[in-house]
Amino acid sequence: MAAPVEIRINGVSHRVPADVSLAAALLSMGFGVMHRSVSGMPRGPVCGMGICFECQVIVDGDPHRRACLERVRDGMEVRTDE
Amino acid sequence: MSDRLDADVAIVGAGPAGIAAAVAAAESGRRVALLDAAPGPGGQIWRHRSVDELSRTARRWLGRLDASGARMLPGASVFSLSPKHLDAEFEGAHLRIDAKALILATGAMERWLPFPGWTLPGVVGVGGIQALIKSGADLTGKRVIVAGTGPLLLPVAATLARSGARLAMVAEQAPFNRVAAFAAGLWRWPGRLLQAAAYRRAFFRARYLTGTWVTHAAAGDHGLRVTLSNDRREWSVACDFLCTGAGLVPSTELARLLGCELDGRVVRVDRYQQTSVPRVFAAGEPTGNSGADAALVEGTIAGLTAAGAAVRAERHFPARDRHRAFARAVGTAFAPRPELFRLADAETIVCRCEDIPLGALRAGWSAREAKLATRIGMGPCQGRVCGPILEALFGAAPDTVRIPVWPTAVGALAGAGSDSIPESVPSGIPAEPWL
Repeated sequence: MAAPVEIRINGVSHRVPADVSLAAALLSMGFGVMHRSVSGMPRGPVCGMGICFECQVIVDGDPHRRACLERVRDGMEVRTDE
Repeated sequence: MSDRLDADVAIVGAGPAGIAAAVAAAESGRRVALLDAAPGPGGQIWRHRSVDELSRTARRWLGRLDASGARMLPGASVFSLSPKHLDAEFEGAHLRIDAKALILATGAMERWLPFPGWTLPGVVGVGGIQALIKSGADLTGKRVIVAGTGPLLLPVAATLARSGARLAMVAEQAPFNRVAAFAAGLWRWPGRLLQAAAYRRAFFRARYLTGTWVTHAAAGDHGLRVTLSNDRREWSVACDFLCTGAGLVPSTELARLLGCELDGRVVRVDRYQQTSVPRVFAAGEPTGNSGADAALVEGTIAGLTAAGAAVRAERHFPARDRHRAFARAVGTAFAPRPELFRLADAETIVCRCEDIPLGALRAGWSAREAKLATRIGMGPCQGRVCGPILEALFGAAPDTVRIPVWPTAVGALAGAGSDSIPESVPSGIPAEPWL
């Protein structure tokens, strides 16, 4: 397994394996809610393959990133809308 | 920012069908471009972090692809096309690929039928959980229920069991007699039978219940409270993840954008996998749900024909026909039961992007009318999730496909320019076999 990388989730540092998707990393750490729907309902990943847009998070200030299509990177700054 | 690339054959989708098509065309000496939105080849079924996770067959095909000379363009999202070119967002910019032939190997996505609670976090697709685990999600010790339909349940249950999740049960909605009849016919496809047995061994601790489906899910004190039914009784089970789905829907947006004729939900193709639009081919799931083995054969036929080697493609017809028979058997055995179409109540969300509940919709609306009245299908998934639901629940005719078929960066769109707007393809043009 590759050396872990450090990502910040909602301002807190976490060490995660380097070869995982961001959605996988978030789910593994218990961040099941990744964004809120237009009417404020909590939502988490459904399709795992970039179609449903329910795993949207903010990555390095860039909104609407699909966590399932994003590979974790050292220093990545992630905000979930929890 | 705009880049151009010339190819003899351009292929969209690098799952088994696209890989086989690329190998066939490139090994025939053609210049091949193979595009996929994912960071590497494999598609959903061969999704992997390390090739060690893959079967020998998958590793062999990926090796052949590497050696074939086909140009793999990972992370390329095709947002527009014509029969002669593709527009993709690639590395943050626009990439135009001009090609003499196109092969659409766009795969399938899951189909969901809404039930109360299906939008709760922790309710995931059956294929969705598979994809997330293959991407590295660690669900060790999590209580999981798999409730869906069809052969896909078995590899997913096996993956969950091997991953250390606590798989509580696998619920198949199809009734016992249909599943039994399907299993009894599996001798015709011995490979599939052996594979099914291997998967079942991998999750031997969990029960496999037929004729069982989820009626609703609610947020409990610790995770989800899921209610199941088997027609005789209803009961509740607590879990952390509920993996659910009602089968697969072929991904046909690009084919529809080109004006390819459909048969029901699938792209119509001739014996050479050519669609109704000359020099546009389709292979794998878009032509009917038959799995990876069928996709490899169809991809090979499409790739050889697109490369001008149609005679060699003909050798693969018998294998393809065998796989199609399997697809038909699956379709018959695992058709969603009528109860699944009646689970949603007035408050149940149908369009997850725009939070449109069932009660806001009227029978008799087309997808377009529903969209204009309620915004259903206008969110980022562009109706990919709710479109099949509208069709299933109301028989609503699907809306036309428009570019960009994915949310696309403005820079990449600007690079495409106005000449990328597809010309309309008159229907009814007979497809010339392209030899």
